[in-house]
Amino acid sequence: MTDLTDLGVAAIRDGVAAGDFTALEVAEAFNANIAAAQGALNAFIVATPEKAIEAARAIDARRAKGEPLGKMGGVPIGMKDLFATKGVQTTAASHMLEGFVPEYESTVSQKLWDAGCGMLGKLNLDQFAMGSSNETSYFGNVINPWKRNDGGNASLAPGGSSGGSSSAVSARLCPAATGTDTGGSIRQPAAFTGITGIKPTYGRCSRWGIVAFASSLDQAGPMARDVTDCAIMLEAMAGFDPKDSTSLDMPVPEWEANLSGDLAGKKVGIPREYRMDGMNPDIAKSWDQGAEWLRDAGAEVIDISLPHTKYALPAYYIVAPAEASSNLARYDGVRYGLRDLPDGAGLQDMYAATRAAGFGPEVKRRILIGTYVLSAGFYDAYYTQAQKVRTLIALDFRNAFTECDVILAPTAPSAAFALGEKTDDPLSMYLNDVFAVPASLAGLPAMSVPAGLDSAGLPLGLQLIGNMFDEQGVLNAGLAIEQRAGFTAKPEKWW
Amino acid sequence: MSVDTATVAKIAALARIKLGEDELEAMVPELNGILAWVEQLGEVDVTGVEPMTAVIPNTLRLRDDVIDADPLTGGNKRDAVLSNAPAAEHGFFGVPKVIE
Repeated sequence: MTDLTDLGVAAIRDGVAAGDFTALEVAEAFNANIAAAQGALNAFIVATPEKAIEAARAIDARRAKGEPLGKMGGVPIGMKDLFATKGVQTTAASHMLEGFVPEYESTVSQKLWDAGCGMLGKLNLDQFAMGSSNETSYFGNVINPWKRNDGGNASLAPGGSSGGSSSAVSARLCPAATGTDTGGSIRQPAAFTGITGIKPTYGRCSRWGIVAFASSLDQAGPMARDVTDCAIMLEAMAGFDPKDSTSLDMPVPEWEANLSGDLAGKKVGIPREYRMDGMNPDIAKSWDQGAEWLRDAGAEVIDISLPHTKYALPAYYIVAPAEASSNLARYDGVRYGLRDLPDGAGLQDMYAATRAAGFGPEVKRRILIGTYVLSAGFYDAYYTQAQKVRTLIALDFRNAFTECDVILAPTAPSAAFALGEKTDDPLSMYLNDVFAVPASLAGLPAMSVPAGLDSAGLPLGLQLIGNMFDEQGVLNAGLAIEQRAGFTAKPEKWW
Repeated sequence: MSVDTATVAKIAALARIKLGEDELEAMVPELNGILAWVEQLGEVDVTGVEPMTAVIPNTLRLRDDVIDADPLTGGNKRDAVLSNAPAAEHGFFGVPKVIE
């Protein structure tokens, strides 16, 4: 019999519907994989096998009665621990929220349960989603299931912030997982682990019930094995939500039904500013190969210019910390989360002690940067200037999309790096998101698809960026690459 | 612009994060590294450019001005709201004494 954990979203959904296997068998198979891998990969903060079993039994019962099973009926998923889940601890991988048990369910997770999914557990991440390697979690590093083929045994980073999601999907601990992307947190971890992930247009997925990092950038999206699975899951996650003031009041397109890898008549833009000095040759080669594949799919490939590209990352590192410093002001030891009350301390001392004890170093660093750039006398020089540059970056994309339909770029400047390799220098860690951040600042849909392996045997991702609301164009170009890349490699099981 | 220890201490106080001497000292070069790097934004000619306010054009909606317009986030949720409070007493959030 097929190993059920080798199946993706579409195969599980269709197999359960056809009666080839039961949802219960699927849930039990993934639960077993999670239990066996937890010690080695640390992908989950909390596993919830009973939730997965309960949802699977409900789906099997519905099938027995001949009732519809939903868009994702019988598919168990991992939930990034940034989504509030009623009755299940939600921590954002922080000490601050350790033990926080929400009284409500996030909109996106509720939509997934309504679509017939079950929850395998809450996935580890960078603390408050701040990081690019999953090394800032209070609950320990997540390990990438991939290893270099150099005979060494170095533990590699799964990317971040959605590192638990990427590691778990890649290691077959779940067929798909939720991610969130503020400046690349879905795409970069997907690239590092040989999986597929899409960040939709800002506003497609409700932010209600997602622990806030930078509200003008945060977007949820799916991480799965392939483009079709991402299309299915994004349909289940997206949709208007009156509880999120920036939610898009638009119908959710039928992305899965309209998937087509035929790009005849489409133009693909190659942004020349992304070809940076000293670019990793493996990355450059994979990018050229991607352009060739899209040409083979019928597209015309043209050079485009996004002149303000080099300013995207510094603008991001003003805007995101500024919003974070404001959003994270809510953690004060009064309403929820940690309280540290030294003997004889007053209210102000309690705030300062609580926040000192509850936040990790990277979170503190970003709150301080954000506080500084928003402070009197510096606001215009830093924050207003960054928001003006952000306007110019969005304008670059708007101009580019008058010439092309979709943009092709690398997802990250390198394959997965080793744990500890970039933790001493915050700037070198930030630079990992150089190709991912511009689309975030412009609110555009963007996805990473596996393109092949580099010379060390590690997966590389290619990024597709589309015009606003054009997830279909992004998914279709992603599919065209997927069909030609023939990426079937998976990490050799060592755990 | 660069920051010194006194400035970082002031920012930390504004952010309500207690930092020890060691943490404060370590944070100064880190913040200066980041600030020096973001200062390249000053090169960009932004004459006549409006700062971004909404990344995707959208209009803010108003809900009906009624109590419990949304049953999920409406009233009568006191116990749920207090359920995760570190110190909830008599239906209120408890805090240390703030007046003498």
